[in-house]
Amino acid sequence: MMAACSKRFLAIAALLFTGQGALASVLPEDRTDFLYHRYEGGGVTIDGPSILVRKSVGKSMSLAANYYVDMVSSASIDVITTASPYTEERTQYSLSMDYLRGNTTMSMGYTNSTESDFDANTYHLSLAQDMFGQLTTLTLSYAYGDDTVRRSDDPNFFRDNTRQQYGVGLTQIITRNLITALNVEVITDEGFLNNPYRSVRYADAGSPIGYSFEPELYPRTRTSNAVGLRAKYYLPYRAALEAQYRYFIDTWDIQSHTASIAYVHPWKDFTFTAKYRFHDQTGAHFFRDLFSRSEATNFRGRDKELSPLTSQTLKFSASYEFLDDGWGFIDKGSVTFSLDHLMVDYEEFRDISTGAVVGEEPFYALDANVVQLFFSFWY
Amino acid sequence: MKSARIARILLAAAALGALSGCSNIEPWVKPYERDRLADPIMFLDADPVSSAYIYHVYEAREGARGGEGTAGGGCGCN
Repeated sequence: MMAACSKRFLAIAALLFTGQGALASVLPEDRTDFLYHRYEGGGVTIDGPSILVRKSVGKSMSLAANYYVDMVSSASIDVITTASPYTEERTQYSLSMDYLRGNTTMSMGYTNSTESDFDANTYHLSLAQDMFGQLTTLTLSYAYGDDTVRRSDDPNFFRDNTRQQYGVGLTQIITRNLITALNVEVITDEGFLNNPYRSVRYADAGSPIGYSFEPELYPRTRTSNAVGLRAKYYLPYRAALEAQYRYFIDTWDIQSHTASIAYVHPWKDFTFTAKYRFHDQTGAHFFRDLFSRSEATNFRGRDKELSPLTSQTLKFSASYEFLDDGWGFIDKGSVTFSLDHLMVDYEEFRDISTGAVVGEEPFYALDANVVQLFFSFWY
Repeated sequence: MKSARIARILLAAAALGALSGCSNIEPWVKPYERDRLADPIMFLDADPVSSAYIYHVYEAREGARGGEGTAGGGCGCN
């Protein structure tokens, strides 16, 4: 299975973006997207479709539905060193509604995600208010998530998580060429937060390889704070430059800085985008690659995503617009191909598959390619 | 500690909301000056289906979460 924590966040991520990106005093455009996504790297392949349909009902309401599938085939470093390769499928449905009244947009949504050993339900509310001649938009959002964690090898294993997410966003037009956005997001989790399958390793003189494994054990609560700032500037010719920065800190002592810069360049019916993103984080206080003994600390984790790490992403995408004159009820269409090349360097998580001297194995590194191909239709 | 942080954020939000009563502020970028901001290349989230997916990938591969999306809203130029 993928990292348990990543699953929990997916439902919320989908909800947050289903209704966002729209102008607060204008309903989102009627649009349908057919996306194929594929992640390949570190022994893991995840692919599947995502279909997002949005349609307005009357002049003040817009409905959206999203169907998303992850088909996972995993032989990751965790899996090959402590378990057996596996396949699984995760299916997610989202429904959301936006209601526009004056300069206020009210949104609500629901997402359900299911797989063989994990269920997640998330409920989402938000309120966006346009102010100052529509130069400023303030958005308040709240989401509540309720997850059930199971084990495929133990029918009696059930654990619950709840999650609450509070968001405040401010979008501000600065000049006729510059728009900025500020996001503050607080997420609190409570419950069974670790992966029920993952193990930590500890030094064990009685083992022929010098170490043994035991189940990981995380704190039952986590609160994280993220502040994001982005700015997009229209260049003197028809192109755009975007910069983004995020500061993140949580109660597990993970602290990170993430920055990116993107350039958007249209040419005839094409739009090209290039982006570079850099992320650097400290590790969780209970992360160790090798514990000194069994049950050495109250909390124990060896999830590589909780290790200090840096990740860099290079992105390139090309979009081609067609049906400019419309076709039947369709106003226009576009096809987009994008490739993200992700490079992650772990600073404490070691590659124990190398068989090197215990505690001196090389640090693990991961390269992944993320491909997206999608067709979009406006009507 | 946790509730104090949340309270601070809600207080800041309420203060910003109260500012909405100051509707006499003259927009310094007029509606007819927002043609560039209305260009699709300036959208903060031009393809929600794609951005939702890629932020999920980042959250799966990194220890941080949240704060990278758009806040909604925009230029009021449609």
